[in-house]
Amino acid sequence: MGFPVHAPFERARASKGAFVLELKDIVVRFHGHGHDVSAVQGVSLKVGAGEVYGIIGTSGAGKSTLLRTINLLQRPDSGQVWVRGGEITHLEGEALRQLRLKIGMVFQHFELVGSRNIFENIALPLRAAKVPEPGIRKRVAELLDLVELKDKERALPGQLSGGQKQRVGIARALANQPDLLLCDEPTSALDLETTESILDLLGDINRRLGLTVVVISHEMAVIKRICHRVAVMKDGKVVEENDVYGLFSSPQHPLSQELVEKSLGLALPQRVLDKVQGAIARLVHLGDEAEEPVLAEAVKETGVHLNILHGRIEYVGGRPIGILVVALTGGRRKIQDGLAYLQSRVARVEVIRHG
Amino acid sequence: MGDVTLAGIAPDLWKALLETALMVVVSMAAALVLGLPTGFLLFLTRRGMLIENRPLNILGGLAVNFVRSLPFVILLILVLPLSKAVTGRTTGPVAASVPLAIASVAFFARLVEGSLAEVGSGVLEAARALGADNWLIISQVLLPEALPGLMRGYTITAISLIGYSAMAGVVGGGGIGFLAINYGYYRYETGVMFITVIVLILLVEATQWSGDWAAKRFEHRE
Repeated sequence: MGFPVHAPFERARASKGAFVLELKDIVVRFHGHGHDVSAVQGVSLKVGAGEVYGIIGTSGAGKSTLLRTINLLQRPDSGQVWVRGGEITHLEGEALRQLRLKIGMVFQHFELVGSRNIFENIALPLRAAKVPEPGIRKRVAELLDLVELKDKERALPGQLSGGQKQRVGIARALANQPDLLLCDEPTSALDLETTESILDLLGDINRRLGLTVVVISHEMAVIKRICHRVAVMKDGKVVEENDVYGLFSSPQHPLSQELVEKSLGLALPQRVLDKVQGAIARLVHLGDEAEEPVLAEAVKETGVHLNILHGRIEYVGGRPIGILVVALTGGRRKIQDGLAYLQSRVARVEVIRHG
Repeated sequence: MGDVTLAGIAPDLWKALLETALMVVVSMAAALVLGLPTGFLLFLTRRGMLIENRPLNILGGLAVNFVRSLPFVILLILVLPLSKAVTGRTTGPVAASVPLAIASVAFFARLVEGSLAEVGSGVLEAARALGADNWLIISQVLLPEALPGLMRGYTITAISLIGYSAMAGVVGGGGIGFLAINYGYYRYETGVMFITVIVLILLVEATQWSGDWAAKRFEHRE
């Protein structure tokens, strides 16, 4: 399975232009029977132009609620939403509608109008923008071309596969050339292969159109494949904000570590753990250090015996993260020296089992 | 068994059919013109819907429930003054159309509200998120999505009305019910009773069949 190597995110562009989206201390409470539930508890974040910003977290972390405050499907109880340098938190009526025309949204369950054909589905936001009929026909054709569904114009949503439906959803979201695209778990209802093609499409759109994207997901694969920066959410708060390579290579918060571990983690079968003697450690190499003969030198320097149990290299945003699981043997002293040596040479050493 | 032949009652039967048709058509028109918008209003004023309005929603719901909770025979008698005021008469199919229309408006309004509620809230929200205004959401999303359900509801309303119109016959409303009561009950003409029953069954079957056919034509689900 090859991961496409993405062009590095143009940080310069993001810092030069204003932020496309700024959330300032957003709070959302749901008023239940007798008790209030805080879904989002003071989240602030900034998304630059052309950036793909991911929000990850387990279900119930408030990420979907947070996303919905951006186009005010959910009005925050306090805090401010700024889009393209203007505060929109209190927009209503026609002004809010005009804003929404410029914020596309893609949904987990596609939310297409089942009784209307694909053309009409994609035409809906154009009709909302009062685009004249010839303009609608031209734009829908372009969009169908973009999402590679040219021949499906007259089909009904029910006749399409899940991936095709999501392509229609994306085309519909892009109809009015939005400044910002919101994706609410865009691939969570899709199988693995379709997920990849939808993510590639979103990544492609981001690069070709320079479109700013905010995507929420509970899947690290989504973050890894298309995001530039990511916020990790837990219990309504952002517990870590990082660029994606940073998140994968050195996650700070325990939840991030757990998510990264699950995503990259090389779990060893119990049988192997039982059989192997000595200490077991996971070594994480970053970038160029992967090319140095660290293991051979550790053996030479400390006399420890190393046995590679498992290993792989992941590319995140086109940069490698090497992970090796090794067993260290040769006596307590040598194991300690060996671990110490590795810690000095490798980005991260996690001891899975002490010898 | 009486001695009325089929040929003998044919003119009466024809007249009764026309009267029933008149009552049903008038009240079905009322259901469409008044019941449909009322149903939309009941749905759209719900909490979190496009034109949320609690007082209006509660008021509308109460009015509909009031009509729906009355047995139709009682409604028939209750609105006699209104029938008199509107049509100038208290008997005959035209006068009976007034309570029938009231009943069908309330009946259909609830069915419309139910059909609209069946439309997924996600797709309505999606339309809102994409910047569609209320009119666009109603005409391009809500109405087409609910259309098969609305047609089934309209069919059910029509069938109930055929039954109600027969009931109207009991209190002098005319139509097939009137025929059945007059010949079949008061004059012990069981044969006529049979014929009216068969006619009613055929009417209901034909209505159901065309309703199903229409609903299926607009059904575009996976």
